[in-house]
Amino acid sequence: MNLGTRKILDRSFTAVGFGSIAVMGIALLIVLVPIITNGVGSVFFTGTLEHRKMLFNEFGRGNTEELVKENAVSEVYRQQIYGMLSAFESELETMDAEKKQDYLSKYGPVKTALQTLIGPLPGEAEAILTRYKYGQTRWGKAEEKLHEFLYETKWDFSNPDAMSKEYFVSRATEFEGTSLVKLFPFVEEHLEDVLRPEFTVYWGFLTDSSVDSHIFGGIWPEIQGTFFLAVGAMLFAFPLGVIAAVYFTEYAREGFFNSILRSANSTLAGVPSIVFGLFGLAFFINTLKVSESKSVLAGSLTLAIMILPTIIRAAEEAILSVPKTYKEASLSLGSTKWNTIMTVILPAALPGIITGGVISLGRAAGETAPIIFTAAVSVGSAIGLADVFSSPTPALSWNIYNLASEHEAAAEIRHVQYGMVLSLVSIVLLLNLSAILLRARISKKLKG
Amino acid sequence: MHMTADAREVSTSASGATATRDIYLPSERKIISGGGTPHVVAKDFSIYYGEFEAVKKVNADILSKYVTAIIGPSGCGKSTYLRAINRMNDLIPSCHTTGALLFDGEDIYGKFTDEVLLRKKIGMVFQKPNPFPKSIFDNIAYGPRLHGINDKKQLSEIVERSLRKAALWDEVSDRLDKNALGLSGGQQQRLCVARTLAVEPEILLLDEPTSALDPKATAKIEDLIQELRGSYTIMIVTHNMQQASRVSDYTMFFYEGVLVEYAPTAQLFTNPKDRMTEDYITGRFS
Ligand SMILES: Nc1ncnc2c1ncn2[C@@H]1O[C@H](COP(=O)(O)OP(=O)(O)OP(=O)(O)O)[C@@H](O)[C@H]1O
Ligand SMILES: [Mg+2]
Repeated sequence: MNLGTRKILDRSFTAVGFGSIAVMGIALLIVLVPIITNGVGSVFFTGTLEHRKMLFNEFGRGNTEELVKENAVSEVYRQQIYGMLSAFESELETMDAEKKQDYLSKYGPVKTALQTLIGPLPGEAEAILTRYKYGQTRWGKAEEKLHEFLYETKWDFSNPDAMSKEYFVSRATEFEGTSLVKLFPFVEEHLEDVLRPEFTVYWGFLTDSSVDSHIFGGIWPEIQGTFFLAVGAMLFAFPLGVIAAVYFTEYAREGFFNSILRSANSTLAGVPSIVFGLFGLAFFINTLKVSESKSVLAGSLTLAIMILPTIIRAAEEAILSVPKTYKEASLSLGSTKWNTIMTVILPAALPGIITGGVISLGRAAGETAPIIFTAAVSVGSAIGLADVFSSPTPALSWNIYNLASEHEAAAEIRHVQYGMVLSLVSIVLLLNLSAILLRARISKKLKG
Repeated sequence: MHMTADAREVSTSASGATATRDIYLPSERKIISGGGTPHVVAKDFSIYYGEFEAVKKVNADILSKYVTAIIGPSGCGKSTYLRAINRMNDLIPSCHTTGALLFDGEDIYGKFTDEVLLRKKIGMVFQKPNPFPKSIFDNIAYGPRLHGINDKKQLSEIVERSLRKAALWDEVSDRLDKNALGLSGGQQQRLCVARTLAVEPEILLLDEPTSALDPKATAKIEDLIQELRGSYTIMIVTHNMQQASRVSDYTMFFYEGVLVEYAPTAQLFTNPKDRMTEDYITGRFS
């Protein structure tokens, strides 16, 4: 190959390599930017008076005096709204039956939409679910709901060959000629006076329990559950993994048995996590009966089995990369093998072992499948440390899935889901970052 | 054929007699009182790597408190022989031995020999300096701590004494808590000697201790060996003929696993009995 072609090859390879890294970077950005912006929005947002009322009622937080004052201002406009409603209701009574029926069928949805927007209307039985006790707590959402209040969504099926089309019909036009027609412009104009949006920093999102399955409140039970599960998995897997790695590298004699063990370990590392989940259910809960049903303990054990191969491998690599000369030096000073391992080999291998451990910890925190059957519940309060042996727990990974797919009001609480995703990503990144720092510190200490 | 490095019994002699003899030394070297008894004795001692016989039927007495050099071309089994003495070869699974190797009359490879205790009495310094990635103090204190000394004051004494013996004290006394890997190669090697001395061995095995060092550091190690002569039985593997003649009282010449000649150093270098030895020391092969 002549010099020219070689240079061209080199250059094109550089371009391809650089290009693929750039594509990866962009993809990461595309994924991360919405996660970060939306996730941050779960703590920093424009909150309404309804949000402040909710915090006061459910968590006893907030300034009573101010709240009373604010409420009084809001109430002025509310009363006018309620007045319009009752005026229309009286008007209905004067109509003939057919007309009344027609208006009633249109009036129902209007009331529902209004209720969603500003909270319960007078004269209704008190709601059982907390979600019906408040109007919109976030101004962004309130604006969406305002639109739904002002316009009815309809679908155009006229063209049979195409997808049906969405179009909006102003509700005001439907009540043309009645007293209710004033309601719509009034609400549109005075919604801010009723809901009183204000910039809100809600750290409680991270430290509060959820209220009415995540419609309100925070994600502390999930964060704590994730922490319990991951740390629990580490408690089992880390010591076991390091011991196994020491066995493989220092004690095992090359042979049939040993090579079987090694390949079993490699195979285990490649098993899909859902299989571990089922295994955990079948083995830890049904066979060993470590707990009556789902529990943090069972989940931790399952996660431990899942991350064990990774920890073993990382520890093995780390131990093998310790210079043989350290071992020779120690043994030549009259040290026993055990002592050599404990005082020379493991300390020198520590950075690598810790890195492997923390990466596994991140994986344990992020996995969903292993805990579905063994530990996770979708809604629950934070459990005490003493309950880990018997109680299941909510966890970030599982609840993200749950909010995305199974939650009955998933569309209403996207911000909670984003908040959970950002929390989980932050936890995992933080763990990895701390691993890098710890590793650097220990390496520096070892290098002098 | 049993070899004792002796003026009157040279390698070519067929007699296996081991009567007490005068110890032949170059004129400027002092006879060590209380030294010269057989410390490590090999009897038909062979070392194998699997099927391969790396050291072949060696018979030799290593005399206590003197310095014995081991020379020979690369791959002739010098390291293998040296490492056999404190059983460092145990680390190589395929390695096994036949014959007998005695230390103070006890079989080193005996069934009931405790190799950990043995290594405490027979220290080793390796070709490449290998301090632990710990502080200078902790490096030296490593051995004593292993053997149960935990008293801070006592440890400090041992560290100072060992470093002084290794002629390193003046250079490092003000930075004992610094990582040993920050020392120069020569200092690291002397640190390794000090670390070995700290467990108070009887025998010091040195496997090419200066091959990774510059001439100045080499000179320091050689001086150190002279200092330690008379207190420890020292065996040193070297490729440097000048070094062997400078530091040792006796010299063993190995060739392809066979101990060809074992004699007082001056005699071996000035008047070799074996043709092969002569060829090697005159540089006809290496
Ligand atoms: N771990 C081992 N496994 C198999 N053979 C080995 C092993 N170590 C050494 N040998 C062989 O044993 C013989 C002696 O090796 P040894 O290291 O003792 O030589 P040496 O005299 O120290 O050489 P050098 O001067 O190069 O250090 C050589 O042929 C070598 O290839
Ligand atoms: Mg060698």
